[in-house]
Amino acid sequence: MRRSRSILSNIDTPTLLLYLSLVMIGWISIYAAVYNELHHSIFSMSQLYGKQLIWIIAGLVIGGIVLTIDSEFYTTFAYVIYGLLILSLLFVFIAGDEVNGAKSWIKIGGFSLQPSEFAKFATALVLSKFLSGINIKFNEFKAKAISLLIIAVPVMFILLQNDTGSAIVYGVFILVIFRKGLINGNILLFGLGGALIAILTLILRRSEFTWFDFTFSGSYLLMGILAIITLLIYYVLRKVKRSWLVCFGGLIIALGLVIGIDYFFDNVLKPYQVSRINITLGLESDPQGAGYNLEQSLIAIGSGGFTGKGFLEGTQTKFNFVPEQSTDFIFCTIGEEWGFLGTFITIALYVSLFLRLLFLAERQRSEFSRIYGYSVACILFFHFMVNIGMTIGLAPVIGIPLPFISYGGSSMWSFTILLFIFLKLDSDRLMVFR
Amino acid sequence: MRLDERKYVVGGIFIIIAFIYLIRLFYIQVINDKYKLSSENNTIKKVDIYPSRGVFYDRNGRLLVSNEPGYDIMVIPSQIKDLDTAKFCNLLGITIEDFRAKLEKANQGQWRYKPSVFEKGIDIESYGIIQEKLLYYPGFYAETSTLRKYPSFASHLIGYLGEVSPGMLERDSVNYYRQGDIVGWSGIEAYYENVLRGKRGTKLVLVDVFNNEKGSYANGKFDTTAIPGSSLNLTIDAELQKYGEILMQNKVGSIVAIEPSTGEILSLVSSPTFDNNLLVGKKRNKNFRELQLNDTLNPLFNRALQAKYPPGSIFKLVQALIGMEEGVITENFGAPCNKSLVGCHNHPMATNVKKGVQFSCNPYFYAVFKRVINQNKSSNYFKDTEIGLGLWNKHIETFGLGKRLNVDLTNVSSGGIPTPNYYDKIYGKGRWAYSTIYSLSIGQGEVEVIPMQMANLAAIMANKGYYYTPHVVKSIQEADTVSPLYYPKINTSVSSKYYDVIHEGMRAVVEEPGGTARRAKIDSITVCGKTGTAQNPHGEDHSVFIAFAPMENPKIAIAVYVENAGFGGTWAAPIASLMMEKYLTGEIKNKAKEERILKADIINRKNMQ
Repeated sequence: MRRSRSILSNIDTPTLLLYLSLVMIGWISIYAAVYNELHHSIFSMSQLYGKQLIWIIAGLVIGGIVLTIDSEFYTTFAYVIYGLLILSLLFVFIAGDEVNGAKSWIKIGGFSLQPSEFAKFATALVLSKFLSGINIKFNEFKAKAISLLIIAVPVMFILLQNDTGSAIVYGVFILVIFRKGLINGNILLFGLGGALIAILTLILRRSEFTWFDFTFSGSYLLMGILAIITLLIYYVLRKVKRSWLVCFGGLIIALGLVIGIDYFFDNVLKPYQVSRINITLGLESDPQGAGYNLEQSLIAIGSGGFTGKGFLEGTQTKFNFVPEQSTDFIFCTIGEEWGFLGTFITIALYVSLFLRLLFLAERQRSEFSRIYGYSVACILFFHFMVNIGMTIGLAPVIGIPLPFISYGGSSMWSFTILLFIFLKLDSDRLMVFR
Repeated sequence: MRLDERKYVVGGIFIIIAFIYLIRLFYIQVINDKYKLSSENNTIKKVDIYPSRGVFYDRNGRLLVSNEPGYDIMVIPSQIKDLDTAKFCNLLGITIEDFRAKLEKANQGQWRYKPSVFEKGIDIESYGIIQEKLLYYPGFYAETSTLRKYPSFASHLIGYLGEVSPGMLERDSVNYYRQGDIVGWSGIEAYYENVLRGKRGTKLVLVDVFNNEKGSYANGKFDTTAIPGSSLNLTIDAELQKYGEILMQNKVGSIVAIEPSTGEILSLVSSPTFDNNLLVGKKRNKNFRELQLNDTLNPLFNRALQAKYPPGSIFKLVQALIGMEEGVITENFGAPCNKSLVGCHNHPMATNVKKGVQFSCNPYFYAVFKRVINQNKSSNYFKDTEIGLGLWNKHIETFGLGKRLNVDLTNVSSGGIPTPNYYDKIYGKGRWAYSTIYSLSIGQGEVEVIPMQMANLAAIMANKGYYYTPHVVKSIQEADTVSPLYYPKINTSVSSKYYDVIHEGMRAVVEEPGGTARRAKIDSITVCGKTGTAQNPHGEDHSVFIAFAPMENPKIAIAVYVENAGFGGTWAAPIASLMMEKYLTGEIKNKAKEERILKADIINRKNMQ
């Protein structure tokens, strides 16, 4: 490799510009969220926006370092990086700090780091490394099992840290594996069907129905309907070979799902988790209790109107009605002060970034780079989907940050590393890594 | 589907989700208006501004009731963090149970996120200690309020405040009051509530989530200013009131003194009394319960207005006046002291009205009342009695008896004067005659009056036949105007010419040998009085005395009622004379008389020489 090249040559400019735009939107929003008349200096270190500026500058430095490191480094040391981060996840159990009920922070000097954030890019690296191996046959059970294990190990540790939100993010690797062909497309369809049945179960399981003198819960009603639908489908497909196996196998799985979810909700989930999910599904309304965050978030975004209340004019955010408004609920500030125009532009920037990343991934020669590119796009997308969905009531309240926009050093750096490794790989796309 | 085409699935998912989000955002931000209103509800708070309550001055311009700063401890339950309950209770001086109950109340529904009053009426001294430490209890903060400062006397008269009751809220047709508002519960505080409270103002302010004010909304365009309550100039003489309360210590009863020419109440004493400062602020409810339940002498009961007593012999004045007005007797009417009709004490024969009053001869008034009742207006004896009593009732009412005097205080009893109807109900129509009702002639039996009515009677005597409704507020004082209250002159049905002889008799009661109230004599002043000794079935007679002075130009009319103290001349008369002397001359010449009253402990029956 020619060392003399500037680290920015060959770097994909659109991606870099999208990244910088989002970071800037984030910093402006944080400034607005914590703004008060008493502190004018934008560099005040006592204020979150002052600190965020430091995280951003440090993030850019880290990004620069990532770009100077040879691409081969990431493929060669993928397992080592992964191993180190698993160790740091373990270390959290020994010397971690608890924040908001999740024991997932390590204190280093004056600031705290969240290893679970960094574990994402490590997992992406290892998964890419493993799946790009030449000897992998994707229909082999063993390959699937190992892929699953690579994802499951960090998930398990993060779950044990009580940080469910961060753990759920790893679910997005399913999309990566899907693209790679490791799972059948039907599985996605099955997954979709399963999710539909799950949501129906949640909606119906609390209601009771009376038919003549017979009272039964909504779960049984749903099971009955599923059985009838299956019979109808079977009747249509009765001539097709082995259709009975598919139909009745499917029915048994569906019924199991209904019963399982019922059980899961009553016996496994904690009350606050059940209630968050119920609020998202509109089954529960408790605007002053568990639904407070959502209600205030909707009020903030909704009151923004088409053009917003104007910079620093958002009463919801300025007067702290929205909780966690610099971190998880930062999107509220954008919605309130910049209105639909602001939210539209933000979403447009994100979607452009995701699609650009998919485009970059598809043009990779190296399988490793392509899989990693997909991982980056999918992880960012998942954060985007859950975080914004949460603020507008389309996803349960799960505390994960909005990439590049939410306040926080760990998330800023980890997303930067995640993205910039891919930018580096893309700049070397003519090479083939293993 | 080729593996390569799966990129479209992934990209499609990205686009579909983004598209759903944009539709949702368009809906909540542009189409739906609900959230814009909610945002205003969130941040625009209507703050009530409570004006200061009107203060009281006595008739000489002395400040009697004022306001001093107090503090309310507020709570926002959702913001309470790491609370050391025991320490906190200790700081506020409340019990843990109390704390739980209050928090429970504050923690209901949406109030979890809003401030509500946790502990009301902390006075400035206690707040000094609380203030510094309150910072360590997130979720709690203080708001300024005002507390009433009372003079520690005249408590019955002034009354006290309390939290508005559910019943009051229901009756409040204009919806002025809010739950938790402090309103007058009794006395002047209650009667003049509408004047004293002023007018509450409101302002719209922007608040943050912690309810901290962040400036006014729309530059105060929609704000209304609070109008302070009006002050009251009372008719009470603070010195006389205080003196009366001292005299009545260790006695049960009351004193009411009125300026006859105006109806202004100079003092209104009900004993035993209480200190209404005990009923201010956070200790109020505890003390209130204590006073209401645990004190057998019932100090909260205002005897001057609520206690119904038989008037006893003072009633004889009215009987003589009605007799003369009806023309059934003249001032020279004489009657023997026939003790077989009704018991009496030994005295020379009452040969005229003056002597009848002077000696308070029971058979004399038996005869007078009989002439009033049985005027042979019907040949049927029973019918005749009924007509006579009806006639008598008409006269009696004009003396302010048997009906509620419109005194500007709360809970004024109307007393009770029996009517033909009343006896019909008990005995049946045509089944009762003079022999049934003769006790009325000497103020016993079914007749009941309150001390206020007795004092008013004294004023009528002083005025020779008219009165002004007794009242305690002279004028209402706003920022720069004073509006005097107007009371009309009310005439009795008895011509003033008949009062001269009554004056003579009342003078003789005090001034002449054989008078029943020689103890009421004041050296420099001519006092007119009438004793009463009201029999009561529960124990020792009540000692009663009404009087006015000076005779020539009455400045004060007074009624004194001492429960279970015996003969009217022994206790009530000297107390009345001390009061009059104090009011008229400002000092007491006869120290021995004062000493005797001060020492006497009638409740425990000690020092009763």
